[in-house]
Amino acid sequence: MSGSRDHGTAIKLLSCAKTFGGGTVRALESLDLEITGGETVVLLGPSGCGKTTTLRIVAGLEEPDPGGRVFFGDDDVTRLPIEKRNIGMVFQSYALFPNMNVRENIAYGLKVRKMPKVEIDRRVGEMVEMMHMGELEFRRIDQLSGGQRQRVALARAIVVRPRVLLLDEPLTALDAILRTRLRVEIDELLRRLGITAVYVTHDQGEAMSLGDRIVVMSNGKVEQIGTPRDIYYKPNSEFVAEFIGSINRLHGIACGDHVEVAGGTVPWLLNQSSGKVEILFRPENVGICDVSVAQLKGKVVTSFFQGDRTRLIVGGLGERDIVIETTDRTEYISGQDIGFQVDPDSIIVLEK
Amino acid sequence: MRRPWLFYSQLAFTLCVCAFLIVPVIMSMMAGVTENYFYGIKSGITLRWIYEVLDIYLDTIYLSLMIAVACLAVTLILGVPTAYVLAKKSGRLARMFEEFLVLPVAIPGLAIALALIITYGGFRDFRSSWGFILVGHVLYTLPFMVRSVLAVLSSIDFKTLEEGAASLGASFWQRFFGVILPNCRSGILAGSLMVVTLSVGEFNLTWMLHTPLTKTLPVGLADSYASMRLEVGSAYTLVFLIMIMPLLAGLQMFGTPKDRKPEAQSDDMTGKTSLKEKNL
Ligand SMILES: Nc1ncnc2c1ncn2[C@@H]1O[C@H](COP(=O)(O)OP(=O)(O)OP(=O)(O)O)[C@@H](O)[C@H]1O
Ligand SMILES: [Mg+2]
Repeated sequence: MSGSRDHGTAIKLLSCAKTFGGGTVRALESLDLEITGGETVVLLGPSGCGKTTTLRIVAGLEEPDPGGRVFFGDDDVTRLPIEKRNIGMVFQSYALFPNMNVRENIAYGLKVRKMPKVEIDRRVGEMVEMMHMGELEFRRIDQLSGGQRQRVALARAIVVRPRVLLLDEPLTALDAILRTRLRVEIDELLRRLGITAVYVTHDQGEAMSLGDRIVVMSNGKVEQIGTPRDIYYKPNSEFVAEFIGSINRLHGIACGDHVEVAGGTVPWLLNQSSGKVEILFRPENVGICDVSVAQLKGKVVTSFFQGDRTRLIVGGLGERDIVIETTDRTEYISGQDIGFQVDPDSIIVLEK
Repeated sequence: MRRPWLFYSQLAFTLCVCAFLIVPVIMSMMAGVTENYFYGIKSGITLRWIYEVLDIYLDTIYLSLMIAVACLAVTLILGVPTAYVLAKKSGRLARMFEEFLVLPVAIPGLAIALALIITYGGFRDFRSSWGFILVGHVLYTLPFMVRSVLAVLSSIDFKTLEEGAASLGASFWQRFFGVILPNCRSGILAGSLMVVTLSVGEFNLTWMLHTPLTKTLPVGLADSYASMRLEVGSAYTLVFLIMIMPLLAGLQMFGTPKDRKPEAQSDDMTGKTSLKEKNL
């Protein structure tokens, strides 16, 4: 087998498509994806977009349609069943064995590998300590909380030292606070192990903080692949821009070094074209200024004071209201005129 | 003030129904240990009839137990994998097969027995062996085993459990014996008790299928009612009840699907904490 543990195993998907139900349901369009060893790639997208299907193809639980191929390092594993691929998998529902206690669950993967008992005890002991589960060791699964189950599932998957770790929405079933805490734990764990990981989620916060790269998917297609920064600052489509964080849209006409929109002008220094365009910018990239000198003018519809910042809904710039976030301490009232400008570096222009 | 009245009348009614059902059983059991039934219990209590039953019919008891155990073995070997396959396949064919399996329960035992005799009666050695009765019993009890295991399988997410085991490197057989079987233990246990109880008590089929040398307990019972003193028949009933009681008790204990228990337990726990919270 190629790919040492320290560097992680690279994964390569070549034109992997998936059709279910005798050709009726196209779950995944032909997908090419290369994941370098040790990298964490997050599959992100709305429900039903094919994230789980992609993960299951990597795992070997689903075979790609004819023509598709899966590589782990240099090995073609397309025809290899899941039990021979040496992966670790964490399921959304955990899939812990109810007939075994915590310790037996963690030891299962080592036991089916027929490892000597001393070695199993040593490794399981290590794992229990690492995951801080000392007092839970002999509990039955139904006596654990959701977060504890999650830890057991993770421990069980990594104790076998898999080539690749696959996680399918591992935190979705947990409450918000626990989710944030476990997210940090998982992040540390992945960095420490240096293992190649594919992480499925529909939560953009999770995706941004865990992923070295993010694959944004919709309707069985890849929309964009890139680092969290790429995806956030340079989305290549409206879909990606809207799915990651909130974003404002203005329709306008490009002319010269600016774009004319309903409420004024927006500078566009790199402009090479003229004609109809759509301008996207994020709420935090707007500076409020005096109405008399402002490039854009509108009317405050509502304002929400959120402590560290104020969120303003502004109308009068086309059919859709826009959102502005500001950290200044001014109080804005509904109906008031407001002037602002958009940071020219942060705008995204989509030509129509 | 209406409630106690309603409660007591319901209690009385329940007791009446119970008495109606249980008194004949008790009467019969008493008759089995009475010296002379016509003179009643004052003629004295004796174990004579019981000994007589054991003397004449001991081989029917053995045969019944042997068939029950063999029937259990066969239904386990056939039924559990069948349930597993049925649970795994979602197609129309699987559903049809599931319905088809229930047929032996719906069709009168006599008709099944007749069909068996017509089809296999020609094989003399087979016809006169207890294996012939076994086939009938397996046909009759198999659906109960399959249904019982199927019920548990469809209440746990066994497909994901199996995928989990496979992801950890377990081969098919390791998964089947290490994960699937232990997790449908409650269904297998309930099914087993059902199969043994039904097999020991089966009369319809067996009566048609038996030969003078292959009499089971219920067939012997009918025989003793027809040809023996009433006390002997009653003593025989007593023996039968003593044999079948532990099975019925076990059925009561394990027959209710136990797989739901963990959930119920955790529900209980949350229920308790929420109560506590309310108290605070
Ligand atoms: N076994 C299957 N048979 C038929 N259709 C399926 C099957 N598995 C998935 N699909 C379909 O394929 C599409 C993609 O499913 P998939 O589970 O990959 O979505 P997902 O992105 O993981 O969504 P979610 O966030 O809801 O888990 C869906 O339309 C789904 O209905
Ligand atoms: Mg999914």
